[in-house]
Amino acid sequence: MSYFRKDHEIHDRRLGRNLGVLGVLAALIAIVFGLTVVKITSGQPVQGFDHVVRPELMETAE
Amino acid sequence: MSDASFENTSTGEASFGDYFALLKPRVMSLVVFTALVGLLVAPVSVHPFVGFCAILFIAIGAGASGALNMWWDADIDQVMRRTQKRPIPAGKVAPEEALAIGLALSGFSVIFLALATNLFAAFLLAFTIFFYAVVYSVWLKRSTPQNIVIGGAAGAFPPMIGWAAATGGVSLESVLMFALIFMWTPPHFWALALFMKSDYDDAGVPMLTVTHGRKTTRAHILIYTLLLAPVAIGAGLTSIGGPVYLAAAVVMNAWFVKGAFDIWRRDEDIATDDGYAVEKSFFKFSLLYLFLHFGALLAEAALRSFGLGGWG
Repeated sequence: MSYFRKDHEIHDRRLGRNLGVLGVLAALIAIVFGLTVVKITSGQPVQGFDHVVRPELMETAE
Repeated sequence: MSDASFENTSTGEASFGDYFALLKPRVMSLVVFTALVGLLVAPVSVHPFVGFCAILFIAIGAGASGALNMWWDADIDQVMRRTQKRPIPAGKVAPEEALAIGLALSGFSVIFLALATNLFAAFLLAFTIFFYAVVYSVWLKRSTPQNIVIGGAAGAFPPMIGWAAATGGVSLESVLMFALIFMWTPPHFWALALFMKSDYDDAGVPMLTVTHGRKTTRAHILIYTLLLAPVAIGAGLTSIGGPVYLAAAVVMNAWFVKGAFDIWRRDEDIATDDGYAVEKSFFKFSLLYLFLHFGALLAEAALRSFGLGGWG
């Protein structure tokens, strides 16, 4: 039968691990978001989800 | 059951730091530095955020190969004093966890590097992970005293990956940066092996000092140092070099070759008498050697951005 007091060191370790995972996930979101913004803003005009440069879009952009 | 019985963390209660230690953070710092130089000296500029992500993914890939290495080498890590405190032999992280983390981070880093930069850089990163985890750790480390030489290639790839992340290809310059680290690794590690009392032998890892003796090791240090010098100086004549790098390279290589000659001339009796002073100073200088070479390349790139540096 296991019983942990609240202040057991193992709880600190779990908390640290959970906070670490939280930090990693937050960083991943920030990176994916940041990369998306950079790729879209520095890319050429694309249409829909084809990810192919469409010259006609460049002409109509004026 | 008392609380004390939970002190053994093999219950799966490792801390976040234990998992991070699987990624060999100290090795990662060298990877970050050389990959960053490779990226910054490339003739194609990269968006700063993309560059940051590229270095991050290269570092994660290097960390992943470190975790795979620790999974494979857990048995010998337990025998050697230097590695006994690593997370797996210390009982903090289960071997299967290390394998899972290594594989997951390998896939993650390669895919994300491809998305952030290009397929070629991602391929190089995947090859580097494969080279370190399989070619070095699994095939060579325990079977040949040349393990250091061939394994050094894994540590030499990061600047090439950084360069590929920016340019999408390979060139003479990136190959020379690779060759610089590749040729530097054997003298660096063999100098350490001469003065560090190691228990590689107990672990069944063939080291040149044990298999071929210390005299041969001293000769090998000299040979590799002589081969390293033209590579290091030659890089100064390419588009990433310049007067600053060339001057630094000539001075450092002259000093390095002199140190290797001194090591070669000595025998064990003399070395024991002065506590391996020459070998120790050669090893210390080798760290500075690599740092300053890549630092000088970075300085040339910085000067070029102000219209200075380079060869005009």
